[in-house]
Amino acid sequence: MASGIRDKVVILGAGCSRFGERWDCGAEDLLIESFTEALSDAGIEKRDIDAAWFAHHDDMTGMGKGGAPLSVALRLPNIAVTRVENFCAGGSEALRGAAYAVASGAADIALAIGVEKLKDVGFGGLPPRYPGSLTPLWAPSGSNAGNFAQLASAYCAKHRIAPTELKRAMAHVSVKSHDNGLKNPKAHLRRKITLDQAMSAGMIAEPLGLFDCCGVSDGSAAAIVTTPQIAKSLGKTDMVSIKAMQVSVSNGFEAQGNGWDGSYFHTARVAAKKAYNEAGILDPAKQIDFMEVHDCFSITELVTMEDLFISQEGRAYRDVLDGRFDAGGENPCQIDGGLKCFGHPIGASGLRMLYEMYLQLLGRAEERQLRTPATGLTHNLGGEPAMNVCSINILGLLNG
Amino acid sequence: MPVVGITGFGVYVPRRRLCRKTVAEAQSWLAPGLRSIGTGERTIAGWDEDTITMAVEACRNCLGPGDDRSRVGAVLFASTTPVFIDRLNAGVVAAALTLDEAISAGDLSGSRRAGASALLQALDSGSVARRSTLVVASERRKARAASSQELTYGDGAVCIEVGAQNVIARMLGRHTLTVDFVDRFRSAGAEYEYHWEERWAREEGYGVFVPKVIQAVLRDAQLSPEQIDKIILPCPFKGLAATLVQQAGLSRERVMDDHAGTCGDLGAANALFQLAAQLELAKPGERILVVDFGQGCEAFVLEMTADVVRFQPARSFADQLTQGVTERNYLRYLTARDLVDWEKGPKAEKDTRTSLSVLYRNRDMILGFVGGRHRQTGEVQFPATRIAVGDERGEVDTLDPYRLADRTGTVLSWSADRMALTPDPPNYYGMITFAEGGRLMMDFTDILDGEVKPGMEMRMVFRIKEIDAARDYTRYFWKATPVDERY
Repeated sequence: MASGIRDKVVILGAGCSRFGERWDCGAEDLLIESFTEALSDAGIEKRDIDAAWFAHHDDMTGMGKGGAPLSVALRLPNIAVTRVENFCAGGSEALRGAAYAVASGAADIALAIGVEKLKDVGFGGLPPRYPGSLTPLWAPSGSNAGNFAQLASAYCAKHRIAPTELKRAMAHVSVKSHDNGLKNPKAHLRRKITLDQAMSAGMIAEPLGLFDCCGVSDGSAAAIVTTPQIAKSLGKTDMVSIKAMQVSVSNGFEAQGNGWDGSYFHTARVAAKKAYNEAGILDPAKQIDFMEVHDCFSITELVTMEDLFISQEGRAYRDVLDGRFDAGGENPCQIDGGLKCFGHPIGASGLRMLYEMYLQLLGRAEERQLRTPATGLTHNLGGEPAMNVCSINILGLLNG
Repeated sequence: MPVVGITGFGVYVPRRRLCRKTVAEAQSWLAPGLRSIGTGERTIAGWDEDTITMAVEACRNCLGPGDDRSRVGAVLFASTTPVFIDRLNAGVVAAALTLDEAISAGDLSGSRRAGASALLQALDSGSVARRSTLVVASERRKARAASSQELTYGDGAVCIEVGAQNVIARMLGRHTLTVDFVDRFRSAGAEYEYHWEERWAREEGYGVFVPKVIQAVLRDAQLSPEQIDKIILPCPFKGLAATLVQQAGLSRERVMDDHAGTCGDLGAANALFQLAAQLELAKPGERILVVDFGQGCEAFVLEMTADVVRFQPARSFADQLTQGVTERNYLRYLTARDLVDWEKGPKAEKDTRTSLSVLYRNRDMILGFVGGRHRQTGEVQFPATRIAVGDERGEVDTLDPYRLADRTGTVLSWSADRMALTPDPPNYYGMITFAEGGRLMMDFTDILDGEVKPGMEMRMVFRIKEIDAARDYTRYFWKATPVDERY
């Protein structure tokens, strides 16, 4: 098995736009916002970047296909720009491309950047998807909410939990994220909610109510990566290093095989094992200090705690209710507010998670700073429970 | 020469029944006359049911669940509300039933007697001596809000199988009158019918043609009036059928209930629908006279053979009749039927164009619900793929075709989705795991609020998947619905 890229690549700089309903901005403006911050943070010039990976998903409200929209928006010096799209995990894919380029020696410094401008669609919700010409002939007429909501019915059935008990835990997930998002000036939704509000909100897709769903936002995030040696030569002392970078993609086992029970993410378990192996983590519950996971819906975050082997199987709802993932808990999760408060500008989300890792590990997270975290994990998911892409990255201080 | 006759039958009765009183009360300010017909119920097709889907279900009830349907050699589809004018409706039905390609098929329309005419054509055809013909009649007529037809019409379908093997009823005689008597009409492209005065239709139409055709058919069958045991004479005018048969010398007590009070008038499907309802109860030796009115009359006499008691449809008329759910929300009916211009929201702007070449390549999968079964492991999967799910050895083309339409499954996970665009929200869907292997994330249909639970047993039904309003095209697939034990 490949040895991976542990400690071969560090984050030289990172940037993140303010997320929200950015009626005043186009995608180009959002890209400039995150890129300018990342470039300044890295302390380099544009000409120092050897190659770029650009995550961008939506065709309807987007910038068009290919790498040129990024190159033009940032006036990059005719370097290679690769547009990547892997459902909602595109941001992490961009980082993977850039990191692998650096790890291989093909690039000294590489840019990963993602953007989505969802709020030009004209209604609340995601733009329509066109999943090819054959799938729509048979796949259900549903939504992301309805697909993820099914985790709840299967989880309750498997673990014999009363739906109201699970709903309470799901509500706690959202209340906790809103508490965290309140402290983040870049978050979209910045207000507290109560457990009662979350539990009694209007139904979107049973049992997911309004507050079980993440927001829809515009945003961009960026990271500039290089080798530890180059970072050092540029004067960096404290460095956030990539400890592991793993992606697992469904092959039909869940949707077409006969072995999946619908209550968890098969790919997340595969990717998590590989990532822990790459990073040398033996006891994730003790060694992962904080997490940014793909909380597109409250139930996603809840079952993910088990898929990441942080909670024991069938216990995540108890751990949630016990406050284990709250800001003051053992394994704080979504300390930046998560997708819940940032919304989910698809191409940007994976890099937004990385941005929080970077700030927290360097002690720069201000009001929401955790006490001396050494290792963090991002979990970026695309697709739906039955067919998806799961990216797991582990970040830590170099030599940490 | 083998004896040709009816060898099987099945009906499809939509689950929803519109409460007529609800409509009459809602519209009485506008049309007070509706109160006089505002009793009982009529069948209403769901938003995802049309004459093709109902025809498929009627045929399935006739054919039963078996995979081998090679005995069928032809499909005749009769309706005044066919889905397609230029695309063989019978061909879609045949594809959904996974019939052989080497069959004949045709659509009949033009009159409310089209169903009876199709049956007589099949009985006349020499080819049925070799392979059977499915005569399927289906109707889903559009009636304006507050019209009497809105209350009296019904939706449904019937399939009668005609062949030479295991004949349950043979024809003793027939007679047809064709007269351009226009008590109502609907021109090509028009949505609604135009009607002439009812009294005229009653006296100059039914009153003249029915006695005449009864006398002629008895003569053809060489039967006297008292040799007829049961009479099927669908007629929109209450009590008229009994009066007319009496004029022809038959006993008025032998006119069978036309289920107008429970189902409504099924148009071109009505005569055969009523016939199938009687075949379910028939005894050997019984003789049934069927008279169907429309631009003249069709009339024929059937005599039951000893085998009539041996045939049972997969889902009987009697069961389906009692399995209805009463709709008392008139606006929901109007919305599902697109009789009000309701706000569909921006989701309706999504393009649902169907690639016809993709559909054709995958017609067994989409229309026939055929998946694959691994030749070595027996694992079932949908869709069938050239490389089987779980393959680790790089093998290609290891699956045999495997029909899922007649398999049942259980709910693994589900949701009721209010984000999905549907005329009947919320849209229920989820993962179905089939009892004999295979699974599919699929739409559910005909769901009552609160009834879906993990582990619930579901069966498969052929339904409209989506309607492409921009191109007037209907897309079909299969959906899961709870098995009937819930009633």
